[in-house]
Amino acid sequence: MAEPRFHVALFVTCLVDLFRPTVGFAAIRLLEDAGCRVSVPALQTCCGQPAYNSGDRNDAKRIARQVVAAFQGFDYVVAPSGSCAGMISKHYPELFRDDPDERGKVAALARRTFELVSFLTDVCGVSAVDARFDGSVTYHDSCSGLRELDVKRQPRRLLASIEGLSLREHTEAEVCCGFGGTFCVKYPKISDRMVTRKTDDIAATGAETLLAGDMGCLLNLAGKLKREGSTVRSRHVAEVLAGMADGPAIGEGRD
Amino acid sequence: MLAGSRNFKANAERAIRDADLQQELRKLSGGFAVARVKAAENLPEFDALRDAARDIKDHTLENLDLYLERYERKAVEAGAHVHWCRDAEQARQTILDICRKLGARTVTKGKSMIAEEIALNDFLEAHAVEPVETDLGEYIIQLRREPPSHIIAPAIHVTKEGVAKAFREHHKGHDPGRPLDEPPVMLAEAREILRQRFLQADVGITGANFLIAETGSSVIVTNEGNGDLTQTLPKAHIVLASIEKVIPMLEDLSTILRVLARSATGQEMSVYTTISTGPRRADDADGPGEYHVVLLDNGRSDMIGTEFEEMLRCIRCGACMNNCPVYQQIGGHAYGWVYPGPMGAVLTPSLIGIDEAGHLPNASTFCGKCEEVCPVRIPLPKMMRHWREREFERHLTPARARWALKGWAFAATRPRLYRLLTGAAMPLLSRFGRRSGRFRTLPLAGGWTSVRDMPAPEGRTFMQQWRSRTRAEADRSPPKP
Repeated sequence: MAEPRFHVALFVTCLVDLFRPTVGFAAIRLLEDAGCRVSVPALQTCCGQPAYNSGDRNDAKRIARQVVAAFQGFDYVVAPSGSCAGMISKHYPELFRDDPDERGKVAALARRTFELVSFLTDVCGVSAVDARFDGSVTYHDSCSGLRELDVKRQPRRLLASIEGLSLREHTEAEVCCGFGGTFCVKYPKISDRMVTRKTDDIAATGAETLLAGDMGCLLNLAGKLKREGSTVRSRHVAEVLAGMADGPAIGEGRD
Repeated sequence: MLAGSRNFKANAERAIRDADLQQELRKLSGGFAVARVKAAENLPEFDALRDAARDIKDHTLENLDLYLERYERKAVEAGAHVHWCRDAEQARQTILDICRKLGARTVTKGKSMIAEEIALNDFLEAHAVEPVETDLGEYIIQLRREPPSHIIAPAIHVTKEGVAKAFREHHKGHDPGRPLDEPPVMLAEAREILRQRFLQADVGITGANFLIAETGSSVIVTNEGNGDLTQTLPKAHIVLASIEKVIPMLEDLSTILRVLARSATGQEMSVYTTISTGPRRADDADGPGEYHVVLLDNGRSDMIGTEFEEMLRCIRCGACMNNCPVYQQIGGHAYGWVYPGPMGAVLTPSLIGIDEAGHLPNASTFCGKCEEVCPVRIPLPKMMRHWREREFERHLTPARARWALKGWAFAATRPRLYRLLTGAAMPLLSRFGRRSGRFRTLPLAGGWTSVRDMPAPEGRTFMQQWRSRTRAEADRSPPKP
């Protein structure tokens, strides 16, 4: 095999680490197929977003410092999540804007950090993946990926290259699913209305599988679809792109 | 208006159960929001104009004292009386004094959010001056004795049937058996009544969308023309405006107007844009004999120089609430005070205090749609986060949430401990949820499982699996830079 183009550190994200390790392995496969060498720094836990969005700036900064230290020395840092990648690339610099000693390092990490699918297309120049998926899918644009990182066409472009897959867009693909981190447990009734609006929209497409690029949205949407008794399956887009969508979908059992 | 923002959660849940409200709210995403997208698409320079509008407002805020004084000088030259008011109380009293001097018994009112902010109607009524709202939406909610639920469509929560009911109750002279099921019929009836009120009024009060420093003029935009009748027919016109409404030049007005209506309703322009400068002059055919401007601060100057200063760019178009997925589910009354939706979530705590309005900046998923549509690019989610920071610093965050956060942060900053805990918990959880792949209930996760299932983890954590896979290989420590 040729010399790897980039040495990439995988930011696994806490939700992938805890709930859906398959997505992490799918990300590694996709990155390696794109010619990258992939490392997984051991000293990672979370990006700090729960603290940051709860107004706990100090803990957010402590966690951010840990991320900055753990992810030094790589060409790029890639996360299978628009939300965590956005936290590092857009919000870390804002978190350290008044710390002249740390600002530089934080900014350098921010510049090198990407969401997985847009990294594959925009940095690695991947325009097709070698995978097959028989069925119809609909794609939910997670808010942070869409609005902070401009992730919209990239997953659709790669999905279009998958043999057997047909994409049926839902009309409000860009509308928030109502997850919002702690929002969904602080205001469950409002969140319920928001996610129901989405699941209705998703069901109307007739698609068999819901895809998205963020585990937060997916846990929420899959949890609601299951509660409703829907047959729609939910998967992270990386699973399908990597040809690793043969195990149980999110929220599905093994029997 | 007494703030009900503390009850946000209960208000929101009531709104969700209100079938009529839900029916009206469904029109929002299909109506204003869709029209806004079309209007923006039809104007290639729309985004450039948003930048220009933002820059005009920023420049003005940086030099606010200068422009306010210039505005005052020019307005006075044109014959205006300018009254500087520090707070709501002072503004209300100033307006009442003007009314009393003129012996006013009724005042007509154009739509003014500042009048709502200072609860002007209740105050005037209590002092024997009858206020009559002349904007149709405001008129409807005045009859129903409700606050507005939207800053540009105050009666958006009221069904057609609700309007008919209010008219039957209050329009006493009309035949009780008359048909009132079509909007044009209701409009004609309201118009007939309001015509009389316009002619009777002693004083007309309007808000101001803008104050022009260059000319000392005030500007209102309306779709009904009610503002014009309100301000030209009575003996005196009172303009009620907050200090951040000032902009430097007429030229700036033309820039901002191009993004205002497009962002609000998707119109290219509002139907009426009315610029008034001073009272009636000797050779004017009509106009008020007196022209007063009540300039209200009410906490705004305290926002300057803070992380909330950018909020003062707001031009009150309502795009943030039209497009907000939370507002779309609960409407404006749930927010419990004058300003609802994302702009309210930032502005309300500034004006009535974060202790009162603590829920508002928390009731957001930070989806970013509000910032995406804001014509003056106010970073609303960022400022809501700043409010959460203030709450956290002042220990206003609920204790349970605070401790949960602290416990989690303790583990998250100790990767080895975190590995140990998650490595024990997730496989166990996975084993319990193995058959169905999800949980219908889960201890400590009631907020989640009350409305949706919790998907079960796959099994061992990624980091556990990764370690086993790479254990054979040499330690993959990153290369030194």
